[in-house]
Amino acid sequence: MTYIAKPKLHHPKLPTNKLGFTHRDYEGAVSTLCAGCGHDSISAAIVQACFELDLPPHRIAKLSGIGCSSKTPTYFLGASHGFNSVHGRMPSVLTGANLANRDLIYLGVSGDGDSASIGLGQFAHSIRRGVNMVYIVENNGVYGLTKGQFSATADKGSKNKRGVMNTDSSIDMVSMALQFGASFVARSFSGDKDQLVPLLKAAIAHDGAAFLDVISPCVAFNNHLGSTKSFDFVREHNEAVNRLDFITTREPIRVDYQPGTVEVVTQHDGSVLRLRKVAADYDVHNRIAAMNYLQERGAAGEVVTGLLYLDAEAHDLHGYLNTVEKPFNELGEAELIPGSESLERFNQSLR
Amino acid sequence: MDPTDIRVPDYFHKVVDCQWACPSHTPVPEYIRLIAAGRYTDAYMVNWASNVFPGILGRTCDRPCEPACRRGRVEKEPVAICRLKRVAADNKGEIKRLLPAIPARKNGKRVALLGAGPASLTVARDLMPLGYHCVLYDGDGRAGGMIRSQIPKFRLPEAVIDEEVGYITDMGVELRLGRRVDSLKAVLAEGYDAVFVGTGAPRGRDLDIPGRKEAAANIHIGIDWLSSVSFGHIDKIGRRVIVLGGGNTAMDCCRSSKRLGGEQVTVVVRSGFDEMKASPWEKEDAMHEGIPILNYLVPREFVLRDGRLAGMRFEKVAAHYDGTGRRSLVATGEPDLLLDCDDVLVAVGQENAFPWIERDIGLDFDKWGMPKVDPRTMQSTLPKVFFGGDAAFGPKNIIWAVAHGHEAAVSIDKLLSGEQVKDRPPPLVNLVSQKMGIHEWSYDNDVSLDLRYKVPHAEQAVALKNIKVEVELGFDRKLGYLEAERCLNCDVQTVFAAPLCIECDACVDICPMDCITFTGNGGENELRPRLKVPANNPSQDLYVSAALKTGRVMVKDEDVCLHCGLCAERCPTGAWDMQKFLLEMTQAGPACRSR
Ligand SMILES: Cc1cc2nc3c(=O)[nH]c(=O)nc-3n(C[C@H](O)[C@H](O)[C@H](O)COP(=O)(O)OP(=O)(O)OC[C@H]3O[C@@H](n4cnc5c(N)ncnc54)[C@H](O)[C@@H]3O)c2cc1C
Ligand SMILES: Cc1ncc(C[n+]2csc(CCOP(=O)(O)OP(=O)(O)O)c2C)c(N)n1
Ligand code: SF4
Ligand code: SF4
Ligand code: SF4
Ligand SMILES: [Mg+2]
Repeated sequence: MTYIAKPKLHHPKLPTNKLGFTHRDYEGAVSTLCAGCGHDSISAAIVQACFELDLPPHRIAKLSGIGCSSKTPTYFLGASHGFNSVHGRMPSVLTGANLANRDLIYLGVSGDGDSASIGLGQFAHSIRRGVNMVYIVENNGVYGLTKGQFSATADKGSKNKRGVMNTDSSIDMVSMALQFGASFVARSFSGDKDQLVPLLKAAIAHDGAAFLDVISPCVAFNNHLGSTKSFDFVREHNEAVNRLDFITTREPIRVDYQPGTVEVVTQHDGSVLRLRKVAADYDVHNRIAAMNYLQERGAAGEVVTGLLYLDAEAHDLHGYLNTVEKPFNELGEAELIPGSESLERFNQSLR
Repeated sequence: MDPTDIRVPDYFHKVVDCQWACPSHTPVPEYIRLIAAGRYTDAYMVNWASNVFPGILGRTCDRPCEPACRRGRVEKEPVAICRLKRVAADNKGEIKRLLPAIPARKNGKRVALLGAGPASLTVARDLMPLGYHCVLYDGDGRAGGMIRSQIPKFRLPEAVIDEEVGYITDMGVELRLGRRVDSLKAVLAEGYDAVFVGTGAPRGRDLDIPGRKEAAANIHIGIDWLSSVSFGHIDKIGRRVIVLGGGNTAMDCCRSSKRLGGEQVTVVVRSGFDEMKASPWEKEDAMHEGIPILNYLVPREFVLRDGRLAGMRFEKVAAHYDGTGRRSLVATGEPDLLLDCDDVLVAVGQENAFPWIERDIGLDFDKWGMPKVDPRTMQSTLPKVFFGGDAAFGPKNIIWAVAHGHEAAVSIDKLLSGEQVKDRPPPLVNLVSQKMGIHEWSYDNDVSLDLRYKVPHAEQAVALKNIKVEVELGFDRKLGYLEAERCLNCDVQTVFAAPLCIECDACVDICPMDCITFTGNGGENELRPRLKVPANNPSQDLYVSAALKTGRVMVKDEDVCLHCGLCAERCPTGAWDMQKFLLEMTQAGPACRSR
């Protein structure tokens, strides 16, 4: 919470993107979250990613549920469309919006409580349907907004602020997303923008259901010793499998990499991802191997981050349903009311 | 880079750009905040302690602070620092009771102050409260130096001079005015413990070209003419006037002429308009009063008709640059320009002259005829003789004279206390947290977006009729408040405590100016370009922390920080704090002496 608005003044040498905007033009209202909340860093990373991708803000829709994390869309992309839905219901509202207008870029912003507890079913179905979106879970292991109760992603054995241990098994949303068929799966950390920003850019460019689990420490209720979602714990146990460079056009690969350590992947929309491998034998295209790897390293207490799975040739819900290309709001009367003859023909086809 | 040592007074002092640039290091943001709070008397006294002449300087200062002001790097124009000083002076209450007490019992030491300009007056102001007996000499009948004799009354009313010079002379300074000093030897023979020479640069340069002697009746040396005007010996000039020269003296000459009967007044300079020495605002004011400035014209001859000055002939030149970028003025070959005129004012420079200082008393001069003076101590080669103001290093301005005066007073006090003049006292510094609540600060951290306000002027028709009508009316309280709010509070420093930082990035994300970067350490030249926004202004320091938990360091580019305190508000651990840095120069007195 801050009493004054962020001054409109900006650095005189601030770079501009192709649209002539600075990154400041992608900001929203000043945050009312606790000072130091990881969620604010994720907002800043989204601002940076959209700025670097030269996205026109009015072509983006941000949707969220309830929680501190779900409040954040107010704090970025002030000139974009927004929908703050009810608790756990972001995925269905997003799915509906996407079906009505496939031309917008959809950012689904949620929390671990919003998505792994009350909204678990909604989460699962939006992923398995392949809705073209970036589904971001700002994962702090607690219900921040309601004063820090353990959420379903809190690790078994981790302790709350008063030292009480969590006895429930935890839900790993990355594993679930893999199982439900997400075509882009990644995990990152709010305290590592060098990793997070390129992942966000790649996820935005991805055609299909992209899922991003971003560990985001709650400084008010879950940043103590004994927490597995604190700055210190995540920094100590962070195991990145790769580092990503996002490139919109194909550039020659720099030669300063050892052969075999760089993999270049072209996505459906032509965007190019350059993966600098950290774990040499990790294969981002193998869903089953990825799930195994996550279980294994997770059991060893590591937090695996990076681009974990990618299906570069993914399809999305519109492809499966063979829907009309044009957004509803661009369809004219003739297309929307094709007349009784068409209705007759359609009814005939069902007899 | 090594972690920044913020205990070194210069580090944060440099961040307060205005105070750093001010020769007498006035705590600018401190007094600007007091003005915003309506505490005009306090604002005045903060000024008075550092620069001695707030009302005078608030109208006339050369304001080196303003080009330095951070606001000018953040938006179009700096804070109107100088004119805010005047707001304090115009609105203050009675201050006599706040002036230092003058001991009735003197300390037995006698100091002669030669020349009654701002330099000498500053020395008196610093030494009188310590019990010294000061004797002030001047050839003019009244104290003030060129503040009184040169600066025209339409820029600086007499009453303001009387008041602020009076605060000092009323301290019981012994005045020996109206009599020039013609021998330093004789002064020394009076047995003074120390002598301060503040006699200025009193000689105006002449122009020796054909016709000079023949037309002498209508050719005047600028500074001599201005002082004659000031003292009422001259009250008119011809209808057509040419003013030669491009400095502030030329600007005062032309604007004065315009008020004494000059209808067609023209300023002529040898080189380009942009290279003129006059401050931009002085040129603006002159042109605003309908005075054209012609450039690239070299005076060749005073033209006479019937034994009287009738005009001047100028050669047209252009600037040429050789391979090394050195400029020369080359005749264009066009026909000469003839300008008709009735009078000419020559304002082509000012010089020092010390015919009254004997060369055999151990006081050394350099080959340009200037005394050898230590720029830190102001001491000459004759240990008990000190110089300051325009007399020390050639013509400068009032605020430099004041700064010299303070330093000389420290030297004199140390010398007469049996101490080494060379050991200079460090400034007094104070760093205090401004935190009042979680998001409350004891300064107004909300940054005003207003553009610089213009000082209202008197109606021109009225102003041009009477040389004593002050042109600038000054900001009223409301405008003063609004302008004061533009100040960024650069003295409220961002202070970083590395052990508290959890590297959550909150400060990086909130900073409106992208000042803060967390990154691997490196050499300064290597670090600067890879900060969040490259730090391309090498005159502004980088604030570098000790290594943090991740091995990275916090690097803050001080250049365009708004001192908005948002980094400290967003920091969950209080690793950032906003702390007010108050630096006061140590002046003569017990504090300047070693304990
Ligand atoms: C036309 C003009 C306009 C100016 N405008 C400004 C301005 O707007 N702002 C600004 O900051 N500066 C201005 N200046 C410069 C400023 O006036 C001087 O830099 C400043 O006054 C220098 O102060 P000082 O104490 O060194 O000596 P001065 O003010 O020059 O005073 C020296 C005094 O010593 C006296 N004196 C000299 N020789 C002897 C002697 N042998 N015996 C006895 N007395 C002697 C003189 O009569 C004089 O009163 C201006 C200068 C001129 C010429
Ligand atoms: C239907 C409904 N049930 C319960 C709540 C109470 N509630 C508000 S936020 C929240 C949990 C939010 O947790 P999470 O999504 O992790 O967000 P965080 O604040 O941790 O970012 C709950 C249970 C609610 N608002 N609506
Ligand atoms: S309670 Fe936790 S999650 Fe919510 S704003 Fe505060 S730090 Fe962030
Ligand atoms: S903004 Fe204020 S404190 Fe900063 S340099 Fe300008 S006048 Fe000085
Ligand atoms: S005070 Fe802090 S947040 Fe404000 S501009 Fe300076 S560094 Fe940035
Ligand atoms: Mg949560």
